[in-house]
Amino acid sequence: MGVPRGPAPKLLVALGAVLLCAGSYWGLAKAPGEVFMGDVQRIMYVHVPTAWNAMLALTFAFVCAVFFLFTNSWKWDNRLEAAMEVGVLLSLLLCTQGAIWAKPTWGVWWDWDPRLTTTAVMVFAFGGILALRAFVDDPMKRAVWSAVACIVAFADVPIVYFSVKWWNSLHQAQSSPETVSKAFHWPLRINAFGILFLWTGLVMLRSRLAALRLRSEIAPPLPERPRRAGADTEASGSAW
Amino acid sequence: MTALLVAVRKDFLLQWRGRAQIIAIFAFGAATLLLFSFAIGPDSVALRQHAAGFLWLGLLLASTLSLAESFEREMEEQALEGLLLLPASARALYYGKAIANCAQLAAIGAALVPVMVVLYDAGTIRLLSLLGVIVLGTAGLSAPGTLYAAMTAQTRARQTLLPLLLFPLVVPVLLAAVKATSLLILGDPMGQLRPWVSLLVAFAVVQWALGGLLFGRVVED
Repeated sequence: MGVPRGPAPKLLVALGAVLLCAGSYWGLAKAPGEVFMGDVQRIMYVHVPTAWNAMLALTFAFVCAVFFLFTNSWKWDNRLEAAMEVGVLLSLLLCTQGAIWAKPTWGVWWDWDPRLTTTAVMVFAFGGILALRAFVDDPMKRAVWSAVACIVAFADVPIVYFSVKWWNSLHQAQSSPETVSKAFHWPLRINAFGILFLWTGLVMLRSRLAALRLRSEIAPPLPERPRRAGADTEASGSAW
Repeated sequence: MTALLVAVRKDFLLQWRGRAQIIAIFAFGAATLLLFSFAIGPDSVALRQHAAGFLWLGLLLASTLSLAESFEREMEEQALEGLLLLPASARALYYGKAIANCAQLAAIGAALVPVMVVLYDAGTIRLLSLLGVIVLGTAGLSAPGTLYAAMTAQTRARQTLLPLLLFPLVVPVLLAAVKATSLLILGDPMGQLRPWVSLLVAFAVVQWALGGLLFGRVVED
């Protein structure tokens, strides 16, 4: 089982960081303020791209889960673990940014709006699967169970969304390019690609780490060291 | 089909033989209902208004005990491995267990209704509809619950993991069942019951289908 090598993930992370800095600078310093919300609105330049990318990362995790169940290939399990961790992290960031924006705008840190509540539910659902992974020692069971749980949780997301939507609604309607001023487009796009490159690089690095851990988990046990003198050099060659 | 019937019969028999456990779980649910009223205070209007929420939270908490218990027994003496060696599909085993779990939870839910009526003065004359909501809600709880209990029964920290995995997943069931029960207790002048019941049905259909599809992979060796 080979562990992928190469500088691509680190380059992606660097490119993502540069784009994120550039987009954030544009959004904070260059772009005009919004008419009603003023500077508070500028959090949109990270909030909206984070939302897109959190969805994308968790969707990728779901794709990895399906591929793992069909192919039983470890690389999909490694990617699943990486994508779920990054997806949960992005969703947590999303909730935090949302709360920071909501306090001055709505007057409360939290509101039971469909998108907010669905994101929180997703954090707990996928966070629970990460906890499950931590408590299963058998790599095969861990991989299959987390793939199954990931599929079940992902299928649940639209139902959670609609149930909360019926229950209560306050969040702004979704924006489309037509409803957003042209001056806001570029920082949004740059940040969206910045975060995309950043998490793609992180997922690649994290899945390498998962592959290394897996290799040590399923490695054959080291041969017992013979007791006679001078045998050390003989035994040390087979360990990896 | 025969395999399914045999599996259901086996699980009902298991439950019947462990009936002391079911009574204990019911007592646990009733105790939580009593405790919830201390959280609100002796305000009878507020208690009546929140009665449906308390009933479903009590049932949800009780469900983790009953679902976990249903697979504990299969782990003893490697009974599950023996079952998988039989010429019956894993799907039949899953549906047998899920149906038995759903029936057990629905019975506990129905038994908790009189407790709710007494403690919160939250009665309804639409008892059949209430029973229907309880059956649909517990069907939504037991399908993913049975799937997850099969996993967590084999792990360390199983008492923590089952609710951790199950609770976020069943948010739609909790929302819809609480709303529907509340409408039955407090009255439904706008005719809002139907969409919530449809949501319960949709959730149950999706989860029962997914559970049947995926259970085979969960218990394979």
